[in-house]
Amino acid sequence: MINSSAIEIESLTHRFGEHEALHEVSYSVKQGEIFALLGPNGAGKTTTIRLLNGLYKPTSGTIRIFGENPTQNGVEIRRQTGVLTETNALYERLSARQNLRFFGTLASMPSDELDSRIEEMLKFFNLTARADEKVGTFSKGMKQRLALARAMLSRPRILFLDEPTSSLDPESTQQVHELIQSIREQDGHTVFLCTHRLEEAEKLADRVAVLNTGKLLALGSLQELVKKYNPGLTVEIHFLQTEENELSLDNIHGITNLENNGNSITFTAKDESVVPVVVQELVRKQIPIISVQPKKVSLEQIYFELQENARRGAK
Amino acid sequence: MNWKIVFAIANKDLYEARQNKSVWLPIMIVPLFFILVLPLAMILTLSNPELASSMTSDPDIIKVMEKLPDFLSQIIAGLDLTQASLVLMLGYLFAPFFLILPIMFSTVIASESFAGEKERKTIEALLYSPATDTELFLGKVLSAFIPAVVITWISFLAYTIVLNAAAYPIMGRLWFPLVNWYPLIFWVSPALSMLGIGATVLISSKVQTFMGAYQSSASLVLVVIALLVGQITGVLYLSPLIGILLGFVIWIADGILSWLAVKSFNRDKLLMSEK
Repeated sequence: MINSSAIEIESLTHRFGEHEALHEVSYSVKQGEIFALLGPNGAGKTTTIRLLNGLYKPTSGTIRIFGENPTQNGVEIRRQTGVLTETNALYERLSARQNLRFFGTLASMPSDELDSRIEEMLKFFNLTARADEKVGTFSKGMKQRLALARAMLSRPRILFLDEPTSSLDPESTQQVHELIQSIREQDGHTVFLCTHRLEEAEKLADRVAVLNTGKLLALGSLQELVKKYNPGLTVEIHFLQTEENELSLDNIHGITNLENNGNSITFTAKDESVVPVVVQELVRKQIPIISVQPKKVSLEQIYFELQENARRGAK
Repeated sequence: MNWKIVFAIANKDLYEARQNKSVWLPIMIVPLFFILVLPLAMILTLSNPELASSMTSDPDIIKVMEKLPDFLSQIIAGLDLTQASLVLMLGYLFAPFFLILPIMFSTVIASESFAGEKERKTIEALLYSPATDTELFLGKVLSAFIPAVVITWISFLAYTIVLNAAAYPIMGRLWFPLVNWYPLIFWVSPALSMLGIGATVLISSKVQTFMGAYQSSASLVLVVIALLVGQITGVLYLSPLIGILLGFVIWIADGILSWLAVKSFNRDKLLMSEK
């Protein structure tokens, strides 16, 4: 159920000496949603996770996790969160089971509950067969699955995932994506995903926040972002090869970025009403149209547009 | 304070230390040298009349013999020169050497526990756990303190057995431990273990690797070498009373170091120093 806030951040600023890692950032994350924090390296994603878990004290601004302040109640907050760190941070000299048992004990899980939960997690992440082998012998994908199991062990209400697939091959990445989706479906966890992989956010997240050098550039669902930041509707029209090399559409208002590729044109229309006008014009010029396709705007396009704007603004 | 968490951390760190050859090799080899090689070499030397006479006629030895403190003069009263030399060497002058053990044990394990965790980048997951800073700190301190003290005591027991057994043909009786060893082993050694840990925690907040931390903190051995030089030159006699006083001084230093170490051990600083 997506309703009240799991995380509320208001005017959050954090500095390391002179360097400002986060600047006046505000947003909230609803319970049960998958929220993605997008940004390049150094944007402030890991710093955000550390602040939200009470590992750093913010320079200014407020944070509330289920209404609690993590700076004052860090221990209580960390009982309700699970974190998958960017490096898996597993004890390689310990077995998978020993790793889970150790972190379960730190989370004060009662030992009989811990035993059954460890078995459940090992099974869920397909690690039972190698549960008693040293983690140092595991593949990257297995380590990542174990690190996810560790993060989920104490049934956290919020799961923080910091670059969960950054070091994985496509197969393992696919596997982790499926696991993240099933985690939410199974337990209704709130998932806070930090990633620089745009397709990952697009695939998994209900809402995204785009960060650059500590500043929040955009916030919303993909549909909302498309609506807000879409520079226009991109349309591609294919036709049979034409004699007319210079296809001019200058007389039509509301068209920009026209590209003629010989047997196709691509342009940005200010809205949908422009498309039939263009088609009529092409028909009038006796151009044999094969197809008219509106191109879906990807998060990637919006992201790079936002990052580019931020760079221009910084200059 | 949740002691289950504290002991879980201590257990985990000890388990990890046991798997690291760089940790357990010196813990195995150095005591063997002190417990077996050195005393047996000395006893063998004194068992050979020629070597023994050249040793006992050494002017430095004679000088030390002349300046012995009362408690030691009483112990060697009535012994022949070979027996007195043996008691003096292995029962008295050798004592500061033995103090190297708790420092070495504690610094090597603490380096693995504090700096090693940073080096392997496992500390972040630990910091995201609900354990408090105090529980984390105490768990890690205990993981070094308990084994350092216990292994020192076991080494002392082994030394006692080796000395009494190997020197029996010369001494004709069980003569070790001497009274000056008790405060050193049961009072000064734990204090030195703690000193090693405190120094290692502080050093670990500045360095990135297990070896870096161990090499820096192992320089505490200089304290022991100073004691040794003090004994040989006759500036300081490690009598039982001096041992007790020395322990007090080290425990006070431990208090100061621990206070500084606790201040350096919090999540914010640990993450900053990890970069």
